[in-house]
Amino acid sequence: MHRTAQDIYDSFVEFARTFGAFQLFFLRLLRHSPSMLTSRFGVVVGQVYNAGALSLVIVMVCGLFVGAVLALQAYSNMSRFNAEDWTGVAAALALLKELGPVMTAILFAGRAGTALTSEIGLMKATDQLSAMEMMAVNPVRRVVVPRFLGGVIAMPLLAAVFSAVGLFGAHLVGVELFQVDVGSFWQQIQLMVEPADVREGIYKSIVFGIAASLIAVWEGYNTVPTAEGVGRATTRTVVITAITVLVFDFMITAVLI
Amino acid sequence: MGDGSDNLIEIRNLKYSRGARPIFDGLDLNIRRGEVTAIMGPSGTGKTTLLRLITRQLIPQQGTILVDGIDISTLNTSHLYQLRRRFGMLFQNGALLTDLSVFENVAFPLREHTNLSDRLIRHIVLTKLHAVGLRGAAGLMPAELSGGMARRVALARAMVMDPDILIYDEPFVGLDPISMGVIVRLVRRMNDALGITSIIVSHDVQEVATVADCSYLLSDGQVAASGSPDELSTATSVLVRQFMHGMADGPVAFHYDAPSYEEQLLGRDS
Repeated sequence: MHRTAQDIYDSFVEFARTFGAFQLFFLRLLRHSPSMLTSRFGVVVGQVYNAGALSLVIVMVCGLFVGAVLALQAYSNMSRFNAEDWTGVAAALALLKELGPVMTAILFAGRAGTALTSEIGLMKATDQLSAMEMMAVNPVRRVVVPRFLGGVIAMPLLAAVFSAVGLFGAHLVGVELFQVDVGSFWQQIQLMVEPADVREGIYKSIVFGIAASLIAVWEGYNTVPTAEGVGRATTRTVVITAITVLVFDFMITAVLI
Repeated sequence: MGDGSDNLIEIRNLKYSRGARPIFDGLDLNIRRGEVTAIMGPSGTGKTTLLRLITRQLIPQQGTILVDGIDISTLNTSHLYQLRRRFGMLFQNGALLTDLSVFENVAFPLREHTNLSDRLIRHIVLTKLHAVGLRGAAGLMPAELSGGMARRVALARAMVMDPDILIYDEPFVGLDPISMGVIVRLVRRMNDALGITSIIVSHDVQEVATVADCSYLLSDGQVAASGSPDELSTATSVLVRQFMHGMADGPVAFHYDAPSYEEQLLGRDS
């Protein structure tokens, strides 16, 4: 009994220590971000390309099918009430408010987050970060901050692309497949989707972008510098990001609703 | 900036453990200004750890490390980085930045710390690459280099800022005999011509003998012997003789601590 209590206490202390270090790490990133954006903007743009442009194909393909399946479900359920014209609205609201940001964040974790973690982790394992330290170059500023900023900037853009392509997928299914009137389809969307709905999606994608990028670079920077350690860190990036995004999604929705 | 003492680096009563295993237990050691000092010792005696302690990549549990009279444990990050600009370090595996070409790797410290024009940077980088025989490899990526070539590029990068102190971690491993000869002469020539202080961690007794002014032999967390390579090679100490002449029998066991071979093979132990 005593041992169990001690184990729980030790776990709590370890968690508190890690969480504190995580917050300090985040503050370090924020402290170096303005100077990196002004003095080394080209490096940040390169990372936006790595995290964003290279994730475009997977985001667009997934967006297309998610939009299509939403329209399928919406049409099949709305048709029970003779409300097929609402197919577009249902798909648009689901995409803009929920699935666009959430699915993009999870895809981002799988494609760009794992790449960030493994890249930084391997740099650590092969002494590249130590070499920078020895060259009096701060690896957090030079390596971690541009990758973090690249992810933060890329995520909302990817979420926007996901939602746009998703709407196109919904259009294909609703209008082209089920012959919903194209005018009603888009007019209902225009009438029912309000700026607040779009803003909700934007807020979420920004928060998820910060969370997903922060978790990815944290795991990479703190990886155990071995092949096994990098593998574990990469897995943790996906799992922790997915859970964090879903928890944050609930919290933001609860606040904004 | 310096304190004018003959010793550029002074280590006093250094204690450092990794987990429960002590690496250094009251180590005292001096690195003399302008000399090539070799640090030798059997595997696992903490030679690389010592280099990381000297450059404060690691922090000792006890003891002081003075670099040019400055206790490095008292430095804040910005002062530490200022001090590190005086260091050049060659890592065991080269530690080249894998997303940059050979040229950009060598140019990296110049781009980070100076406002030199591209033309001047190009001139300096090509000069350093020429010194290590890899001017023609400037456009290659690190993945296209052999281990020995990567280490030579890392050497060019370590000396590109003309440091006061050059630290070499196993610089001779993986070099072919021709490269080895050139690099050994380069280390010596740079030291003499530029007044650099060099620290070499190496197992290569022969090469160290040709280049070092002073050698330290580490064992059991302390300095077991020190002196010029000639003094060490003629020393009467059993440990020194075993290491310098590569003898199997002696105080340094070849085998890691283990239970009885016979009992383990016959499965009598747990």
